[in-house]
Amino acid sequence: MTGPKDLDQFVNDRKMVARPATVIVVEPQRGLMKIGFEEIFDFRELLFFLVWRDIKVRYKQTIIGVSWAILQPLLTMVVFTAVFGRLADLQGSGVPYAVFSLAGILPWTFFAQGFGQSSNSLVGSSHLITKVYFPRILIPTAAVLAGLVDLTISFLVLVGILAIFNIQLTLNALWLPVILVFIFVTTLAAGTWLSALNVRYRDVRYIVPFVVQIGMFVSPVIYSAQAMTAKLEAVGIPGWVYGLNPMVGVIESFRWTVLGAGEFPGSLVAVGGVVSLLGFFLGLVYFRQMERSFADVV
Amino acid sequence: MGSAREEVVIRAEGLGKRYQIGRSTAAYGTLRDTIADLAAAPIRALGRLRKARASSRQPRTIWALNDINLEVCQGEVLGVIGRNGAGKTTLLKILSRITEPSAGRVELRGRVGSLLEVGTGFHPELTGRENILLNGAILGMRRSEILRKFDEIVSFAEIGQFLDTPVKRYSSGMYVRLAFAVAAHLEPEILLIDEVLAVGDLAFQRRCLGKVGEAARGGRTVLFVSHNMAAVENLCTRCVLINGGQIVCDGSPTEVISAYVRSQEQQLKTGIDETARRSGSGRLVFTSFGVETIQGTAVPLVRSGEDVVLVFGYRKNGSAKVNNVDLGIAFYTEHGHPLTVLCSSYTGKTYSVDSTTGEFRCVIENLPLAAGRYVVGGRLLIGTEEADWPTDGVGLLEVERGDFFGTGHSGFDGHAPLLLDGHFLDLP
Repeated sequence: MTGPKDLDQFVNDRKMVARPATVIVVEPQRGLMKIGFEEIFDFRELLFFLVWRDIKVRYKQTIIGVSWAILQPLLTMVVFTAVFGRLADLQGSGVPYAVFSLAGILPWTFFAQGFGQSSNSLVGSSHLITKVYFPRILIPTAAVLAGLVDLTISFLVLVGILAIFNIQLTLNALWLPVILVFIFVTTLAAGTWLSALNVRYRDVRYIVPFVVQIGMFVSPVIYSAQAMTAKLEAVGIPGWVYGLNPMVGVIESFRWTVLGAGEFPGSLVAVGGVVSLLGFFLGLVYFRQMERSFADVV
Repeated sequence: MGSAREEVVIRAEGLGKRYQIGRSTAAYGTLRDTIADLAAAPIRALGRLRKARASSRQPRTIWALNDINLEVCQGEVLGVIGRNGAGKTTLLKILSRITEPSAGRVELRGRVGSLLEVGTGFHPELTGRENILLNGAILGMRRSEILRKFDEIVSFAEIGQFLDTPVKRYSSGMYVRLAFAVAAHLEPEILLIDEVLAVGDLAFQRRCLGKVGEAARGGRTVLFVSHNMAAVENLCTRCVLINGGQIVCDGSPTEVISAYVRSQEQQLKTGIDETARRSGSGRLVFTSFGVETIQGTAVPLVRSGEDVVLVFGYRKNGSAKVNNVDLGIAFYTEHGHPLTVLCSSYTGKTYSVDSTTGEFRCVIENLPLAAGRYVVGGRLLIGTEEADWPTDGVGLLEVERGDFFGTGHSGFDGHAPLLLDGHFLDLP
């Protein structure tokens, strides 16, 4: 039994134990808790594995697999173009409606999926939550991150469609990483709130599909934001109010980066960005506040 | 133990956990709750429970753990024993930070790994290989650590060629082995283990226990919750007994285990109160109830799938020998729902009772009850004359998860008390 390997192991073990130990204190929480980014960072490998799992599982036992990530936005685009394409006032940028709508569908789909998946993620992972400890925020985060694969694939579709319509990517596209962070933070903000609420109130299960359905119509997916801000201004409401829905800024800025047409929707992005960041940080605080009771409630 | 520089790695002070009971689950109806409620409805109609139910409308709180003070030194293997619901798992859940204490504090020095269940986070669609990586990460292993131990895990699990098959196609035995293998290679400084070794075949269990022992010799601290007294006695350097949310006994495993067994025996063997509500002529009455292993040792609890001996003590009033005695046994759920009735006459057996006192013994092979507490009812008939029937049953039977199916699978975890084995035929 005690070969050199075991001895090796033993020495290693000793080393491990001799390492300066971190002290963990467990006690009832008082007041507002800190978000604890360090701890989240410590568990980054688990985050990686959770994302990896979600991606792996996503298209298991489907016939056409990842093709769904191509077909879905493409078919939506075709339908939207057929139904809304003729309504001239829906957009004013001069790009073909197919491209215009696809550039809205992409960020919206990412949000809708990420939001839906993450808000159900905690309840769906109750077997983990009640059996093992890790920062629970990893669960909704992983659910949102896993959507990046679909987004990447559908982005390639968009690039293809752009090529077909002979539209070149401009330097605006360099902003894409920043916009991506914007989309991600917005989606995660919503997912953080709703997933934590879902643990206690299962009403969330009914709210989420509703928000996703209605949200598409109050976000500039099938029409341009200008069409809406113009209407608001006509009745005396400043246009930036529309930007309180952060997805307005998200979608408009995404369009601006990939289509390279029109002006950067500065005020909408600014308002949306503030809403998004505020929602995100408050959401994190709320989440960390609630997370200690998840195992008892879920 | 006994090293000069003993370092305390777990220090719990005044630890308490309060749970709210009553109304809490009603807030969100899950399908399972609804079904459970439906099933419970007929019982509720029995006025006896109505009162209990009414009082549970208001939120009440119970202390699952109360004022736990505990210090564990590095390298100690601490056994935690106690009956079901004593608070053992709650203690582990607090130490592993799954749930937060309501009072008190704990200091933990070092990386904590907890093993409350095997196969936590296993995904049925993923292959064995993928699940090893995922499960390892969930249990707190670093990626490099998992990769380093990967081959060892695979050979420990003996799954060989099925490594790239989705685990949903695994036999339950293979599934459990794989889950164990990952868990067994977990090497944190503090390892918390709940009653997870209850499943799995015996040989495999032994290897897992061996792994735990190895971990301890490697200087790690282990907290080990178990009902397997032999394992506690063999592995642990110290043992605590928890009862009613408090540590009632702390000392060497041998000492604490015997204290536990004594208290359990007392509880089970005191048997039936003379004044208990009962009907019958009283010519022959129950005096006690107990459970024994097939070897004849009295035990506080049994496992699903074990061969158990139910022991009914009796006393005969009157000197005449009585013939044609029929012993009836019934099992009820804790809530009084009848599960099954077995009379000795069904099996073609009746007794002739001559001595004034004695014990009836009934062997139940492969006990088909899921984990839980059951009320055992007894009825004595002399011919057609009812001699004794204690209305509230003769005793309690406490059943732990076990290996009823012989595959290591502990069966459906839910409100279904009865286990049924079946032989599934191949497709034609």
